Amino acid sequence: MLKDITLGQYFPGTSLVHRLDPRAKLILVFAFITALLTANHALTYLVILLYLALAVTVSRVRPSALARGMRPMAFIILFTAVLNIFYTPGRPLVSFWIFTVSAEGVERAVFMALRLLMLISCTFMLTYTTSPLALADALGRLMSPLAKIRVPVHEFAMMMTIALRFIPTIIEETDKIMSAQKARGADFETGNLFRRAKALIPLLVPLFVGAFRRADDLAVAMECRCYHGGGGRTRMKQLRMTGVDALVLTGSVALLAGVSALGRLGWFMR
Amino acid sequence: MDEIIRFDNVVYSYAAAGESQETMSGPGGGGAAESGRSADGHRQPEPDAGAGGTPALDGVTLSVRRGETVAVLGHNGSGKSTLVRMLNGLLTPLSGTVTVCGIGTGEEDRLLEVRQKVGLVFQNPDNQIVATVVEEDVAFALENLGVPPAEIRERVDAALRDVGMVEYREHAPHRLSGGQKQRVAIAGALAMDPLVLALDEPTAMLDPRGRGEVMETVRRLNRERGVTVVMVTHHMNEAALCGRVVVMDRGRIRLDGTPEDVFLRADELRALGLGVPQTVALARGLGLDAAPLTDEDCARVIFDFVRGGASAGG
Repeated sequence: MLKDITLGQYFPGTSLVHRLDPRAKLILVFAFITALLTANHALTYLVILLYLALAVTVSRVRPSALARGMRPMAFIILFTAVLNIFYTPGRPLVSFWIFTVSAEGVERAVFMALRLLMLISCTFMLTYTTSPLALADALGRLMSPLAKIRVPVHEFAMMMTIALRFIPTIIEETDKIMSAQKARGADFETGNLFRRAKALIPLLVPLFVGAFRRADDLAVAMECRCYHGGGGRTRMKQLRMTGVDALVLTGSVALLAGVSALGRLGWFMR
Repeated sequence: MDEIIRFDNVVYSYAAAGESQETMSGPGGGGAAESGRSADGHRQPEPDAGAGGTPALDGVTLSVRRGETVAVLGHNGSGKSTLVRMLNGLLTPLSGTVTVCGIGTGEEDRLLEVRQKVGLVFQNPDNQIVATVVEEDVAFALENLGVPPAEIRERVDAALRDVGMVEYREHAPHRLSGGQKQRVAIAGALAMDPLVLALDEPTAMLDPRGRGEVMETVRRLNRERGVTVVMVTHHMNEAALCGRVVVMDRGRIRLDGTPEDVFLRADELRALGLGVPQTVALARGLGLDAAPLTDEDCARVIFDFVRGGASAGG
């Protein structure tokens, strides 16, 4: 069951999206989310959706992989949609007992669901097509001006990298401990919330102990490989904004910003 | 003068070191020099300090020459892991000295140099891989050393080639087998272009196939690249593949010699809680005064024995 979590997973590839400078990708995701959150017109949504579809196609990320990542969020999306259907005042379409479904409600529900789906898809697209190390690196570089005001940027990026590296390992270990505790008669699936939370203790204690031991081992291993903080470090993979990067970046940002601005200004309303 | 590692009457005890272990956090740290000095306070601990203060190393003197393959044997708690951690200055002696290529491991400002000369690989492959992509992990040490990117690329590719993992260079480490992970870890150390490859039970968590892969890789690196190998192991068969075997017990070196010499003294080994390779056990079981290390040797020894017995009898 834990194997379903694909958060932070990277599928190596050679597509344009994969090769795009991770800094450019981060900025793009930021622009995309901004456009998405300010979108207020069907046409804006359509353009954004097409843009996302294009990105997915070019990246050759399987839509099923995106869907899999979406599954844990399905409930929240559905819940939001349902709430919006019933609680948006407007022109009533159907009405029974105390519930009224308005046309505006349906519209908003669709937009809300679309917004959430695209929001999640876009973040998954980022992690699917960018190696976490590159991502942490890009974050570190984008934030590097902050190092001047003594923000520990390198340490933060390193922590992220290590966390990402160990997520699958720790998940595997969780599965193992769960099986071991089940074999000893532990019961994780029945009882009320309180009982189930309590049943997690024999899972969490060994997990934490194990994680700390790993941290210790890793620290020693890093020292053995001459790690001594961020000073004087170089990177094998240099980030260089190529012409293509700049083109994609400026083009996309202009498109997203433009579309969202036009929608805001009501140009499509005519 | 091809001596590469020298231990001079090294004493170490975890209990006595307690606080000074904090100094391991790296070179140049302001606190490091100070606590190094405070360690001087108990520079001369009683070798038999009681109350859990049994020294992990108790007067170890050892010299390793360039190109040697040394297997370090000993039961748990004999001090073999401590010995390996001394090689690159992870631990520094309470008394005595460890020198690598003439550099004392206690010299704080040359610690990186020592670490670069001695690549250390540990038991658990999962806990020593830092990055989420194989090649980026191999590059880690070089990035730390501030090597120019183009050169990192070259050396990473070379290291991956040396351990036979080139085709996996863009894989995620957690999807590899144990033996493959361990080879990635070896490549990570190898990328530093070390003179010595020190391995602390590198095969302990692997299946027989992974063990074979790792041993084959290590031996090839020794043969083709001339890398000096110091390897802690529990497997007598792996020790038999090395050119030299060092047996430790309670922080001291008890036996030191070629595998033949060492395994011939099976009774002493047994007294130290160790066994001998199966081939040696078989020969000895037959009452032979021989320590055949390979299957072929063993077959020949037995063949000679049987023929000798036949000719004596008939």
